Amino acid sequence: MSEAVLYLDGVSVVFDGFRALNNLSLIVEAGELRAIIGPNGAGKTTMMDVITGKTRPTAGVVRFREHDLTKMDEATIANLGIGRKFQKPTMFDALTVFENLELALKAPRGPMACLRWTLSGEARRRIEAVMEEVGLSARAHDRAAILSHGQRQWLEIGMLLMQDPELLLVDEPVAGMTDQETEHTAALLVRIAGQRSVVVVEHDLEFVRALGSKVTVLCEGTMLSEGSIDHVQNDPRVIEVYLGR
Amino acid sequence: MSASLAAPAPGGFGRMSLRLVLIGALLLLALLPVLNRLPADSALHVSDFIVSVSGKWITYAILALAIDLAWGYAGILSLGHGAFFALGGYAIGMHLMRLIGPRGVYGHPTLPDFMVFLGYKELPWYWSGFDHFPFAILMAVAVPGLLAGIVGFLAFRSRITGVYLSIITQALTYALMLAFFRNDMGFGGNNGFTDFKELLGMPLNTPSARSTLFYASLLLLLGALWLCGWIARSKLGRVLVAIRDAESRVRFLGYDVTQHKLFVFVLSAMIAGLAGALYVPQVGIINPGEFSPGNSIEAVIWVAVGGRGTLVGALLGAFSVNALKTWLTTVAPDLWLFALGGLFVAVTLFLPRGLIGLFSKAAK
Ligand SMILES: Nc1ncnc2c1ncn2[C@@H]1O[C@H](COP(=O)(O)OP(=O)(O)OP(=O)(O)O)[C@@H](O)[C@H]1O
Ligand SMILES: [Mg+2]
Repeated sequence: MSEAVLYLDGVSVVFDGFRALNNLSLIVEAGELRAIIGPNGAGKTTMMDVITGKTRPTAGVVRFREHDLTKMDEATIANLGIGRKFQKPTMFDALTVFENLELALKAPRGPMACLRWTLSGEARRRIEAVMEEVGLSARAHDRAAILSHGQRQWLEIGMLLMQDPELLLVDEPVAGMTDQETEHTAALLVRIAGQRSVVVVEHDLEFVRALGSKVTVLCEGTMLSEGSIDHVQNDPRVIEVYLGR
Repeated sequence: MSASLAAPAPGGFGRMSLRLVLIGALLLLALLPVLNRLPADSALHVSDFIVSVSGKWITYAILALAIDLAWGYAGILSLGHGAFFALGGYAIGMHLMRLIGPRGVYGHPTLPDFMVFLGYKELPWYWSGFDHFPFAILMAVAVPGLLAGIVGFLAFRSRITGVYLSIITQALTYALMLAFFRNDMGFGGNNGFTDFKELLGMPLNTPSARSTLFYASLLLLLGALWLCGWIARSKLGRVLVAIRDAESRVRFLGYDVTQHKLFVFVLSAMIAGLAGALYVPQVGIINPGEFSPGNSIEAVIWVAVGGRGTLVGALLGAFSVNALKTWLTTVAPDLWLFALGGLFVAVTLFLPRGLIGLFSKAAK
């Protein structure tokens, strides 16, 4: 028996009578890499909002290991070890690449701790290693505001790595990336999974195939199909609502 | 905040030249009381008026610095900082009133004139302790800090930001103004406190008292500048900038935004309170007018004019706008409010980075 890191059961989210999530259940195990696909508006991002405390579910259970996430705020959830990359890359435009990564680096988060913080050699090496990984070493001292869309994607992935979370939620990471970068991202996520659990939302099916992971198909806020990429691509219900269009 | 209003990253401009100008200006300022002692016919003589006005402006500059820390870095646009400044002023004012002793018009041994006039039999309990200078200074810091802590906690915890927070702080200073206008509050009603005699054994309104208060203000300015600069350059400063530009994103990194905002807001209110405590002995009066909402707005305009999120800009703004005000209110007093409004609009439209922005343009 493997251990569930993320456990969603019967989760519903209703916005003004509209069901963005409808009785959704999902289990992600320790070290698992999971891809989530589904048409626009299926509720993929809303699911991440529920897990990270941005949106409160109308009904259902959301647990991270033994913790009930429905009662916690965003910062508490992040500190439990859940990191997130947003669909629209968001970072701090007035700060440099290096500073963005430094803020994300796992370290005490209180005001006094931040005031007294000095960058150790160890921390600097970690930031430099991540900049190398995401190909932004040359941009270390450029403000995030002037990065291209693809570079912003990379920077936010870098920030996620700096947080060193136990569960990574990655929303559409390869939008705006070249084919080569897409391959690099897939390899990176595969490498991270194993020690970490990773949930990736993506429309790019080539990318999902490259992940070689279990795939969950969402549609209208509920799970439609689950299995290998070949299994879901041949599932008639999936073909009808999503792939066949 | 809209993109055009976004302040530059701290320290992003021609740093060296700016620092030199700043040091030069502060040295020049420090010389004023010395030049004041020169014989009146000397070419370098500086009048009493200049010294006392500059001392007052220094306290304004400290207030501007406090506002810039909260607004320019953490994005907390307080339109009630004048209240913290005034509370600090009232705290030292209470001390100054106690020091008058039997020298009041009514000659009562302990009660200030207004209390005798209003028929008080004894000092209200909340006046106790104010006969000691250290206690008064402590209150000048603690009361604004506590008030900012309560208001900030309630507002930040409920995620009240932007214009709603500004309105709450404006309401706060307005409510305090109404309260302090009341005679039964025990703070002298609409006349406030005045007719101070001495402070720390030193008779006020003498050249030596003037220069002592001047240098105390300058010292506080340097201390506040150093403290704010330390915060701005630390990781905390970068967290605050991150909160200013994308508050919710900061939460997803695990930072407790409420704690961080509360920290700067309280610190900022305390600095404003101390500034007020140095202001009152220099101007010789404190009354509820200091709580008027317009004062807080004016102080925010100093910061906007100088350039927010730079600290030095706050100083520049406080001095230049007040210089303009002093000049304009002598030549055309009716025009001042229009000029202030016009200045704010002009800066917002044409100099979104304030006067400091001109500096960085020139440096390039
Ligand atoms: N805060 C909100 N208020 C109202 N409706 C919302 C809100 N957030 C999401 N929705 C709606 O919920 C539905 C699901 O949105 P969601 O963003 O989760 O879809 P998605 O699967 O991520 O789609 P995409 O592939 O386009 O990113 C959409 O119809 C969206 O309009
Ligand atoms: Mg989405």
